[in-house]
Amino acid sequence: MTRHLKVDERAHRDRLEEMVQGVIGEPLDRPEGQLKVSGRAPYAMDDLPEGCCHGVLVRSTIAKGALAGLDIDQVVALPGIRAVVTDKRLTKNPAQGMAGKAPAQGPEDIIYFGQPVALVVADTFEQARHGAQILGRRFEAESDVALNPDDPNAEIETPKKKQSSMGDLDKAIREAHFAIDETYTTPGHASAAMEPHASVASWDGDKLTLHGSYQMLHFNRAELADALNIDEEKVRIVATYVGGGFGSKLGIAPEGVAAAIASKQLGVPVAVAMTRQNVFEMVLRRSETEQHIRLAADEEGRLTGIGHEALVSNVPGEKFSEPVTQATPFLYRGENRVIGHRIARIHRTPAGSVRAPGEAVGLTALEIALDELAVASGLDPVELRLRNIPDKDPSQDIPFSSHTLAEALMTGADRFGWKTREPKPRSMREGEWLIGLGMASAARVNMLIESKARVTLARNGSALVETDMTDIGTGTYAVLTQVAAEMLGLPVSRVQTRLGDTDLPPASGSGGSFGASSNGTAVFLACEEIRRQLCERLECDPDELTLKDGHAVVGNRRIPIDEVMGGKDIVAEGHVEPGDAEDKVRQATYGSYFAEVAVNAVTGESRVRRMLGVFAAGRILNAKTARSQCIGGMTFGIGMALTEELIHDRRDGHIVNRDFAEYHLPVNADVPQIEVVLLEERDPWANPLQAKGIGELGICGAAAAVVNAIYNATGVRIRHLPATLDKVLSGLEDEDQS
Amino acid sequence: MTPFHFSRAASPGEAARLGRDGATYIAGGTNLLDLMKLEVMTPDRLVDISRLDLGGIEATRKGGLRIGAMVCNSDLAADRTVREDYPVLARALLAGASGQLRNKATTGGNLLQRTRCYYFYDTAMPCNKREPGSGCGAIGGVTRLHAIFGTSPHCIATHPSDMAVALRALDAEVEVENADGKTRTVPLGDFYRLPGDTPHIETTLERGDLITAVILPASAGALQAYRKVRDRASYAFALVSVAGVMRIGKGRIEATSLAFGGVAPHPWRDASVEQMLKGQEPSHELFAKAADALVANAVTHDGNAFKVPLLKRTLTAVLAELTGAKQ
Amino acid sequence: MQTQLQINGRGYALNADPRTTLLDALRNHLGLAGSKKGCDHGQCGACTVLVNGRRINACLTLACMHDGDEIVTIEGLGEPGRLSPLQQAFVNHDGFQCGYCTPGQICSATAMLAEIEAGWPSNVTQDVAGAPELTPEEVSERMSGNLCRCSAYPNIVDAIMDVAKGKRT
Repeated sequence: MTRHLKVDERAHRDRLEEMVQGVIGEPLDRPEGQLKVSGRAPYAMDDLPEGCCHGVLVRSTIAKGALAGLDIDQVVALPGIRAVVTDKRLTKNPAQGMAGKAPAQGPEDIIYFGQPVALVVADTFEQARHGAQILGRRFEAESDVALNPDDPNAEIETPKKKQSSMGDLDKAIREAHFAIDETYTTPGHASAAMEPHASVASWDGDKLTLHGSYQMLHFNRAELADALNIDEEKVRIVATYVGGGFGSKLGIAPEGVAAAIASKQLGVPVAVAMTRQNVFEMVLRRSETEQHIRLAADEEGRLTGIGHEALVSNVPGEKFSEPVTQATPFLYRGENRVIGHRIARIHRTPAGSVRAPGEAVGLTALEIALDELAVASGLDPVELRLRNIPDKDPSQDIPFSSHTLAEALMTGADRFGWKTREPKPRSMREGEWLIGLGMASAARVNMLIESKARVTLARNGSALVETDMTDIGTGTYAVLTQVAAEMLGLPVSRVQTRLGDTDLPPASGSGGSFGASSNGTAVFLACEEIRRQLCERLECDPDELTLKDGHAVVGNRRIPIDEVMGGKDIVAEGHVEPGDAEDKVRQATYGSYFAEVAVNAVTGESRVRRMLGVFAAGRILNAKTARSQCIGGMTFGIGMALTEELIHDRRDGHIVNRDFAEYHLPVNADVPQIEVVLLEERDPWANPLQAKGIGELGICGAAAAVVNAIYNATGVRIRHLPATLDKVLSGLEDEDQS
Repeated sequence: MTPFHFSRAASPGEAARLGRDGATYIAGGTNLLDLMKLEVMTPDRLVDISRLDLGGIEATRKGGLRIGAMVCNSDLAADRTVREDYPVLARALLAGASGQLRNKATTGGNLLQRTRCYYFYDTAMPCNKREPGSGCGAIGGVTRLHAIFGTSPHCIATHPSDMAVALRALDAEVEVENADGKTRTVPLGDFYRLPGDTPHIETTLERGDLITAVILPASAGALQAYRKVRDRASYAFALVSVAGVMRIGKGRIEATSLAFGGVAPHPWRDASVEQMLKGQEPSHELFAKAADALVANAVTHDGNAFKVPLLKRTLTAVLAELTGAKQ
Repeated sequence: MQTQLQINGRGYALNADPRTTLLDALRNHLGLAGSKKGCDHGQCGACTVLVNGRRINACLTLACMHDGDEIVTIEGLGEPGRLSPLQQAFVNHDGFQCGYCTPGQICSATAMLAEIEAGWPSNVTQDVAGAPELTPEEVSERMSGNLCRCSAYPNIVDAIMDVAKGKRT
């Protein structure tokens, strides 16, 4: 039986609150933790089948043109080489999230430097790697190719649907008591999940099984099937453990399609792992952004207008464009508003989703601008934000489903000791180090995505949760187990969760922070159906049934659950779909960041000394994994603020720093103890769990808190991220001279 | 990685003979294998020298220290004598790489590290160091990591070692054995070559030469400092580094040696700057003058011009630290 | 070529291309896939294993150079139900999320504590000639060769400090 829910209305009951098992929200250890810490959790490449060959992708070394030829014979003659695969179905780039169909195919037409053009397959990895390296490639390069967003020949699209305005911003700026008009830039970013993209393909007749590292399996299945031109039913994707995603594994990627083609062609299993350099060059990057922000405020610091106009980039033909201004329409008040969005069509590695597309960079720039307004108006940055919280969505004239920004700001200020901050820059110094405090708001839109899950309450009183949902480190194994345990009144040790297999009911997948709440709701619905059937057996009203510690309690009867089962399993499916609720209210998550940063007065090096994040995301399903997600997001913010930058060579569009030595992810020493406070909240509009997404909230503006702290420490305003020491130093030199 | 023949040398002499015949030595392998995987380096014969009896750190008769070529970076940094008498060396070693890499990387291998220039590392790019005559990709490209001293129109790459910068400030010598079994010592100042028009030739070593040890003279000054400036708090190459060794007597700088990393094709020293400081009373004016003199001949590109003020400021801070002068 | 390897107390005969790194030997030839490949260039630490008690990047060393060495991988440190104290502390403190860098983190931490015990200084040790103290700052610096994109860093430091303090008391 399937319990279906289309979320059109607010939840009128808080069902989880009515449960008594007491595990929901608890900071329980991850159920798969022991496997992970002992090296026994199998990731995509960890269990190679007998006789598996290895494939290595070969890249283009021009940005635009045609592949004129490959010196295949020379490579095939090498020992161990099985094939050089040049199939026209090879994909140029990964599919965008939730595409559900094949991305651009055809390796002979080159649209970016680093694009895969062939796969070399050999008996061993060493043979394949060498073959891929020496494979001679001849290209016909086009001249006058747009490589940089500011190249004069870059076509700039201004999609009508992505522009909006209300009131008269120009007038608001003219009449403003305080105004800010600045341009901010953020560079391209890499998701840089620790596990490189990897796929192992094997065929049984016309049926393909692909062990891959992917986030959204039923979409990936459709994308892979479409790329191969076969039926979806013939494709199974398994991704039991995924070594991080952050958006980079939303869509089927070139290695997956290539492995499947090669395996079919050769009749043996084929494993293809991208090298780290491949990952940098072939996996969707976060677009660089240029953001023109205008703020108009009255003498009390109340915003009367906001302009946020962004320029992003992508290769021609890709629909995705970084939704920079996603939170701008609703975060702050202001009757006059301009939202602009332009896309430069250039030949760089295609752009796509990287953790919190939109807010991660858009809110960061907006929150730096707010800090500039605080300086201009002489208002405390927290107070400035408090004065500008709207009481309904100012762009759509609809209410908020819940709103916790004020509480997050005040709680954070209190916990961090914000009132000790000296607003004047360069007020705190410890030896060579200038110390500053900075803060920013956090906000991220909340989404619900169609999801299914199956729950079996077995005759022995244990439960099994099954869905093709993935756990990319987000805590899915933990939270789905907890939802089922709570609803069915079982200790978590009696609930098992199976994930990551397209043979199981299709889930939302992991992306956009919607995984836990969407799929958790599907599990919840399945459990509700099981409870209904238990009530039938027990001949009681649903409200009379209490499930706890493996027992059903009805009135004065307390019966072990296995006795209720009567030798039969109950199997139920939950199915949730988004409905009208999302149009009736504005749903979002909110929070605040506070950072203390030390800037070296000699060298301009910036180091974050402590950081606090306060977040509200509806009901928290597991306080431990939620906290970890927030720490992870804030660390992305530290990287964005200080070190992370995809550097392209402007002359040919190639990524210069395509490894971890030169693309600087934060290391342990860059990250201080980070404090996370999770506010108590329920959002009945979100879903019956009243839980919202938390996986991305931690990055949405975090970098601004760091950059604003640098200003407070030094008086140097960084508008072009990252705040590497050369930029800070240049400001320090100016300050020293003035 | 190109296929290679692998063998293990039983003695330094055998290694040197194999080296003379064209084999490439592998010891820690942390840089060599990194580059071989990318086919930036493509040796067809590897000779394993990691098990040669070239370890050990011992006092020399002249009051210095002899460090075996196979001593790994972590053992060298943890050595009691190094920590007490050559803290600049311990500091430089500990500022470099990671705990894992320092456990493998050897003293000899560290000296022979190749540049981290992005264009050297990408075989699709021109690079005169990797492929003589192909051009320099960095010039006109991304030059954040690149040198401001000692460059040529053919190459602007830096030497990435921290250890070598400290050794240069300590006036270390490199002990080399050749295929004929002859041993000689080369001052570190004569060990590296500037790129000129042959950036692929990085040292004065001859084919078959095998580094057997590094020899430190008696410590030239109790005041020692190593300062590394980089993008991350740890595990990143130097944008600029300064190693300083100093002796002060009667309120004056009696002797100092200063070496600079991240700014040149090899650990950089500037005798005129040291001369300027010698015999002087430490003062901010003096340090500023020295810093100006140091960068007087710097040649910069768009991406690395920041190294000039950065180097000046870092040198000034190191001199202040060494002399105890307040900032 | 033939190499005899001693891994987790057991002998293995490896017959592989000399180009095979220790990491690829473990993962592709010997069925020990606990050690992970994150970058293959010594820039992430996911492949960290212990060789003769010391942590190294298994991706940057040839398998054929390790005959006779005592190698310990994550599989040799503990298993579900019999975790090492560090492995257990990582679970308790949520010292991981996706878990991919985790075997490397734990191998690295295991050897790192021995390095502190042996008195090795680090880049953040105030007195390079003195004995290092066990502080979160020391642990962070010494663990900086192990990247974690999920950023469990604060939790990793907590987990290690827990175990280290337990050892010292």
